[in-house]
Amino acid sequence: MPTPLPTSDAITVNNLRKTYRIREGGSWRGKTRDIVALDGISFSVPRGQIAGFIGPNGAGKSTAIKILSGILRPTSGDVQVNGLVPWTNRVAHVARIGVVFGQRTQLWWDLSVAEGLALLRDIYSVEPERFARNRARLADALDLGGIMDQSVRQLSLGQRMRAEIAASLIHDPDILILDEPTIGLDAPSKLAVRAFVHELCRDRGTTVLLTTHDMHDIEALAERVIVIGHGRILADSPFEALRTTTLSERILELDFHGTPPDLTLPAGARETARASQSVTITFDPRQIPAPALVAHVGHLPGLDDLRISRPSIDEIITRFYADHAA
Amino acid sequence: MSQSPSRTLSAIGLYRRMAGASIVAQLRYPGTFAIQAIGNFVTTLLGFFGIWSLFHRFGSIAGWDIGTVAVLYGLVNVAFAVAETLGRGFEVFGGEYVRTGSFDRLLLRPRSTLLLLLGHELRLRPIGRFLQGAFVLIAGLWLAPHVQWSALLVLPSAIAGGAAMFLGVLIGQAALCFITVEGLEVVNVLTYGGVEAGQYPLTMFGRWLRRFITFVLPLAAVCYYPALFSLNHPDPLGMPTWIGSLSPLGGFAFLGVMVLVWHRAVAGYVSSGS
Repeated sequence: MPTPLPTSDAITVNNLRKTYRIREGGSWRGKTRDIVALDGISFSVPRGQIAGFIGPNGAGKSTAIKILSGILRPTSGDVQVNGLVPWTNRVAHVARIGVVFGQRTQLWWDLSVAEGLALLRDIYSVEPERFARNRARLADALDLGGIMDQSVRQLSLGQRMRAEIAASLIHDPDILILDEPTIGLDAPSKLAVRAFVHELCRDRGTTVLLTTHDMHDIEALAERVIVIGHGRILADSPFEALRTTTLSERILELDFHGTPPDLTLPAGARETARASQSVTITFDPRQIPAPALVAHVGHLPGLDDLRISRPSIDEIITRFYADHAA
Repeated sequence: MSQSPSRTLSAIGLYRRMAGASIVAQLRYPGTFAIQAIGNFVTTLLGFFGIWSLFHRFGSIAGWDIGTVAVLYGLVNVAFAVAETLGRGFEVFGGEYVRTGSFDRLLLRPRSTLLLLLGHELRLRPIGRFLQGAFVLIAGLWLAPHVQWSALLVLPSAIAGGAAMFLGVLIGQAALCFITVEGLEVVNVLTYGGVEAGQYPLTMFGRWLRRFITFVLPLAAVCYYPALFSLNHPDPLGMPTWIGSLSPLGGFAFLGVMVLVWHRAVAGYVSSGS
């Protein structure tokens, strides 16, 4: 077991800034321009919490994740993860965190899952008994039994992601950073990943920092959501609070055989887009429940099909940013 | 810290495990490996036939006999084969780590990046070049007129120094990849070009090139001078022969400089994120 630590926060970030200097035109002597990726963000994550980190591409999420992982040095600001400054002692820091990048493999393509885990045991200097225990526990929880002896190259994306998560936890890290862990996965694999992360946090008290574009990940896992946009924190609240404000909205799309008729909508619903054969309605289910709204529009002449969806994170963040910039 | 230093697997222990895993991976397709190794042996041997036929025709060239040239040829090829075997991770660094962004993955591991890249692959294929070079080296010692058998002890250190020097070139090439992954074929001038240049006595080159392969890339220090020392052959350029017993250290010095360059390059990468 890892040494118990004082009950301080697992992660503290204070006024973190990162500016990238890019060279325009790609030439050696071209002019340089500074791009602000993080514009002074501050937050802390207590031990054992699952915090969701959301925002559109280019918002600064990846930059923050890289800094917390110890692979990028910020321009200014203070960060402590497990009481260590990630970039001043990379080796000590990364020994105590687990990181999964959804789009990159931590394992070895040409080796089997079992061989890869054994190499990680040696890289992280995990004692043999602890390794055997962790391996058995992870293989059971992540259903790796059938794929242990397959080479990583041969695994499906879902299988690989389960193996990746096992690989990131073989050394009992106190903190797990998941960057898009469900990207590209099929539904059963997504559910398996979410269930596992949930149990990990509940049973072992692991602190989890999660970035995702999948609203369902956030709903299923995050007790708390940090919304980041244009390098700043736009909202930092418990998930329930965010849900009742911004995320509560639903979208109803109506398709018609011909030109859509004019609509009179009940309170809580409004028309947000109209095309030659379709209308988009945004509604708040607390004011007008979805079944009532569907009943209301169901008899419209020429109605062909209808769909209800949630706004994507990107849409929410775009709105969020518009609200906050105003 | 949750781990005491005594429990930390040593760097050498870890390297052995990584190298073992890479050998397992390479031998997964034994036919491919055999063909590549034999191909490596044959292509490098063909190179020596070119030299051999010259000497066969003219006897000796500019005062150099076939034996001495064979020793130089063997030394530089064996040293380069060792560096190719160890340094594959640096050779493919631009394409497999920088371009794909997976260098970040290495930084997430609590180990030295140099060690992890050494462990990328213990490449078996250069065994062809190694055997061929060793074969020519032994033949050269057989043919050379004044072999000083006691001085032969310097040859292993010459090979080690040469391997260190070529490994340094590969590390320097990898460090350059942080700036650009394009146009690095230029570095082949130092690797394959170095192997070519090392096969010939220093006197065959012009002054500028002689200085370059003595003081910048210490090729002469790891091939030419140790060979002269072992063969008891005076240096036509006037350096004392004993210099060849110490000069292989130059290869290690070059490696040391390249390791410093590497650390600077990684620090720059961590600061800029690209």
